[in-house]
Amino acid sequence: MSLDKKYWMAIKAGVFLLSLLPFILLFKAAFQDQLGANPVQALHHGFGDWTLRFICIGLVLTPYKKITGQSWPMRFRRMMGLFAFFYATLHFLAFTVLDLSCSWAAFKDEVPESPYILMRLLTFFLMIPLAVTSTKAMQKRLGANWRKLHRLVYVIAITALIHYFWLVKADYSQPLVYALILFLLLACRALLFLWKKNKQNQYVWANKYKQV
Amino acid sequence: MLIKGKTNILSSEITDRAVFESRRQFIKAAVAGSAALMLSGLANAESGKYADVLTGPYSEPLSPTDYDDVTSYTNYYEFSTNKKDASRLARSLKTRPWSVTVEGEVGRPGVYDLEDILKDNPLQERIYRFRCVEAWSMVVPWIGFPLGEMLKRFEPTSSAKFVEFTTLYNPDVMVGQRTSVLEWPYVEGLRIDEAMHPLTIMATGMYDDDLPNQNGAPLRLVVPWKYGFKSIKAIVKIRLLENMPDTAWNKSAPREYGFYANVNPEVSHPRWSQKRERVLGSSIFSAKRDTEKFNGYGEQVATLYSGMDLKKYF
Repeated sequence: MSLDKKYWMAIKAGVFLLSLLPFILLFKAAFQDQLGANPVQALHHGFGDWTLRFICIGLVLTPYKKITGQSWPMRFRRMMGLFAFFYATLHFLAFTVLDLSCSWAAFKDEVPESPYILMRLLTFFLMIPLAVTSTKAMQKRLGANWRKLHRLVYVIAITALIHYFWLVKADYSQPLVYALILFLLLACRALLFLWKKNKQNQYVWANKYKQV
Repeated sequence: MLIKGKTNILSSEITDRAVFESRRQFIKAAVAGSAALMLSGLANAESGKYADVLTGPYSEPLSPTDYDDVTSYTNYYEFSTNKKDASRLARSLKTRPWSVTVEGEVGRPGVYDLEDILKDNPLQERIYRFRCVEAWSMVVPWIGFPLGEMLKRFEPTSSAKFVEFTTLYNPDVMVGQRTSVLEWPYVEGLRIDEAMHPLTIMATGMYDDDLPNQNGAPLRLVVPWKYGFKSIKAIVKIRLLENMPDTAWNKSAPREYGFYANVNPEVSHPRWSQKRERVLGSSIFSAKRDTEKFNGYGEQVATLYSGMDLKKYF
């Protein structure tokens, strides 16, 4: 893609606003009292859903590039990751500020008794170092370690999914959809990795053969 | 024999006080028998079918939750696991004619038409708290009659130790029954002393009118000291049994949902705390309410469980 830098800025701004849209709509609905009988839960679950969706979007970009050979989606990887963190932060705030009303007593009573909340907190804390090291400067500073650190996103995707499964009462259809998507995305990476390795091996073998 | 329990629902949680008070005024007027007062009461009262039904014992002067909240936020897995969708899909259920099959340890088994049951059992209003196992709660003004009075008419035998209730099975209309989220039909049960307790009612209406389909029309159980899933909807069969029946949620997850399912802040669900509840209709910034043991009805029902380990029999 040989688009002008100017155009890319405009496209990025568009994607940014689009990614912000779920927040704007939920906020508007809350303000206008249109979130139904249990608005705290609606906000809480809404932010959680969008966290998981942005994690999925972020994970789709690399395989897309590898399969199609187009590198433009990589320009959005950081933004998608940061939006996942943005919605995870709102999800965390909806829990602590709205659901628990910032009460330490409520936190102490309710969190240790809820494995799914513990898993959610773990997921959120794992996301923090990734958000903090998302800048270009940090990427440079960490060098090869940056890539290693950011592989945490696979752990995050899985703990987020476990968190979802653990909170459901009987109908697992929603978390199963996310499980399928994440499975495909991770399987895709594994296959691409094996394929690359295989190709490298073939190359090594071919070279060996030449030498003989 | 009006027994008043204490309540800690705040006046700020009131949503339709005007409607509520006009009805109180009307009932008072009716009791006083003053024609003049009655007329002014009528002018203020709702036009509901059961507007002149009197308040029964055990009802508390609580402020009912907003009608729209109660009718749009229902757990009715027969239609959908999504509360909003269930509320919409339930509209297609036909609730008349309706009959209830009575079987088991009774002297008068048979198939009873709902109209006959309603003729035999005078209606009364009971304003009760309703606490869901999912840690939310509401206040509902039910229209119904004591289950015990109805059961007595079927003449339970001495070996009737439990009562089993079954919901309608009709996957053509109840589209959720085409999935295997739970084992269908939905079955619930009570111990005979719980069933005969005067707090336990069968409801056919709420808010002075017929029950909307999504709230369990045309006939549902209401056991205010137990989690909501015990209060089974759209009942078509009642069996009196010698042994404890298998109940839907208990079969689905025996570690999480017991037969008793008494509201108890001291016994957590294995995956979440039951210490507090979100009151439907409260502002998004209001704190949750502390859950009361037996949902605040301990004074009336705690003796049913004396000597029982409620952690074991959850």
